[in-house]
Amino acid sequence: MSHYTRTQSQQHPTQRQFNPYTENGGTILAIAGADFSVIAGDTRQSEGYSIQTRYAPKVFKLTDKAVLAVNGFAADGNMFVKKVKQRLEWYRHAHSKDMPLRSIARLIQTMLYAQRFFPYYVYNILGGIEEDGTGAVYSFDPVGSYEREACRAAGSAQSLVQPFLDNQIYFKNQTPVLGTSHPTHLPLRHVVQLVIDSFTSATERHIEVGDGVELYIILARGRGTQGLDSFKDVQELTPHAEGERLFVLRRELKKD
Amino acid sequence: MQYNGGSIVAMVGKNCVAIASDLRLGNQALTIATDFEKVFPITDRIYLGMAGLATDVLTLRERFRFRVNMYSIKEEREIEPKTLAQLVSSTLYERRFGPYFIEPIIAGLTDSSKGSQPFIASADLIGCLNFAKDFVVVGTAEDKLLGVAEGLWEPDLEPEDLFETISQTLLNAVDRDAFSGWGAVVHVITPDKVITRTLKGRMD
Amino acid sequence: MDSSNIYKKSGFDFSNQIRNNFLAAKGVPVPKATSTGTTIVGCLFKDGIVLGADTRATAGEIIADKNCEKVVNPSCCGAGTAADTEFTTALISSNLELHSLSTGRKPRVVTAMTMLKQMLFQYQGHIGAALVLGGVDVTGPHLFTIHPHGSTDKLPYVTMGSGSLAAMAVFEAGWKAGMERQEAIDLVSAAISAGIFNDLGSGSNVDVCVITKERTDMLRNYIKPNERVTKERHYKFTRGTTAYQSENIRKYIVDESITYLTGSATTATTAEEAMDVS
Repeated sequence: MSHYTRTQSQQHPTQRQFNPYTENGGTILAIAGADFSVIAGDTRQSEGYSIQTRYAPKVFKLTDKAVLAVNGFAADGNMFVKKVKQRLEWYRHAHSKDMPLRSIARLIQTMLYAQRFFPYYVYNILGGIEEDGTGAVYSFDPVGSYEREACRAAGSAQSLVQPFLDNQIYFKNQTPVLGTSHPTHLPLRHVVQLVIDSFTSATERHIEVGDGVELYIILARGRGTQGLDSFKDVQELTPHAEGERLFVLRRELKKD
Repeated sequence: MQYNGGSIVAMVGKNCVAIASDLRLGNQALTIATDFEKVFPITDRIYLGMAGLATDVLTLRERFRFRVNMYSIKEEREIEPKTLAQLVSSTLYERRFGPYFIEPIIAGLTDSSKGSQPFIASADLIGCLNFAKDFVVVGTAEDKLLGVAEGLWEPDLEPEDLFETISQTLLNAVDRDAFSGWGAVVHVITPDKVITRTLKGRMD
Repeated sequence: MDSSNIYKKSGFDFSNQIRNNFLAAKGVPVPKATSTGTTIVGCLFKDGIVLGADTRATAGEIIADKNCEKVVNPSCCGAGTAADTEFTTALISSNLELHSLSTGRKPRVVTAMTMLKQMLFQYQGHIGAALVLGGVDVTGPHLFTIHPHGSTDKLPYVTMGSGSLAAMAVFEAGWKAGMERQEAIDLVSAAISAGIFNDLGSGSNVDVCVITKERTDMLRNYIKPNERVTKERHYKFTRGTTAYQSENIRKYIVDESITYLTGSATTATTAEEAMDVS
């Protein structure tokens, strides 16, 4: 037996490695309008073929006019949101106001790049209202490269949703009827419908998408709620109608 | 599949079917040709598309032509779409342990004596058939095609509306795929005619 | 051995292997076959066997088919590589028919099981078929699982595939000997549903198959708990949206017009009559 153990120990050294990352599935999506912004994510969190929970939010309110969606490794995502919120609170204490959206975007870049060689395994999409009152969406890669866009999908069903959005938001490959042109910004109701349909479609064809979807809708200062009234399950998160208004719309998705 | 690239989609409409493919032939990331058709007529009302390794697409096109000709000689009738699907499936499974690197799509109408019913099917590279009622997709842009088709497709589209839906599905999916695109061709099969259109798509 | 083709032996053809290995060595990614990350189950009841399956087929994390048939043969469910389960069961069921013709006896479940395990063992697991085989023969009801390497089990209730643990939990809690038909169908549906909702590899609908001494009932889509909700918008495009470069129309109905050189059009009004002049 001792001989056996010795030959074992004389074999090549085996390397064992701890993998600090996992992929928890799910998909996030954001669309900017002229005076509003919609940020959405499904609520399933999974690992491999198992569902860890059917309700794990991926979209978080940062301020009254900024919402952050995180997708990828859930532990990193939650920690990252926590740290961003902490920095925003410090900013509030120092400056007695909320950080502007474009500044939050730059903050997220530096926070992500600070971890360049041990990154947060997270794709971020930041949505909200800019200081000039326009709707905005910023999308990030895990190490902080970012861009302002009109629409962006990220996560496991990105490849299913993004080309659909190219077609329906940017009107790619569509020739307009003679004498007309495509609108640069779509109305709110239309956008919310597209987001919901994107998620039901992704649920049909991607195993990691499902259970539920949460849509955060941010309206610019002074904008009425037109376009939201036809959705009965909308809930307002801001206490008063002055300033930017934040709403959340929750829908069930298929659970298989 | 990524070696030469390419994608195909087929959809069912009201008394019609459509099948569309891109036109790219690549060598890995380098585009070699932009006129490489992947969809071939088998009978007047059945089309067969193959996405994958181009050498196998050409080989199998000839093999299927031979086998379908032999079938019509022996049976003295045209092959039915579901029979063709089984023929394709068994031809692929024969090479279970050394497969042809193609994924086929069959789109057609059944014989007029059987009511010219729409039929579509796809298979994986070893011949596992997928009979869908709505749409089937194969190729390097498979996931993109599924996402767009799931959003755009609706039942009972007339031939001209089906043409728009399948064309938009294909064009927008291949524009997000590095290995597909560079033009597209669409065939809409109805009981009395086949409309073939070469689309204007992005050439990058 | 007789073969339909005199130039080629029957069975698998390996002639692409050298080329494919070369391609793989060059770093070309080998395409993946559709696999059924599945829940399939079977259980014994008073008068026979109930089999069940979900209807999702996946290629990686993408759902390739939302309503496929995994009860491949009215006595067999398949998990694993989809094409393998399909063709293996088709081959064995055809061989079983020949066997029963040559022996003049009705086939037995053990015979099917033995033929399947011998074939799968011969291929050393390369044929990725995982099966639940159930049936009623002259010796009574039998239920087996057959693994891709050829090992088999004979049990009163079985589950296989990625959803097997979820489904087995339901069986362990609810199965009892000598159940009624409907009781068994309900238990099998519950087991498959557990797989559908808790395992990402399984989904869509529940297929059930009831096998008794007298008859086999295929209850295709016995439960459909996952219908897609109606979309918020319609996505029909206005005609002319897609730009095209060229168009070619193959017409199969030939337009015919008849020009009369002499006389009038009193006869031969339809095209059919016009053809008959010979």
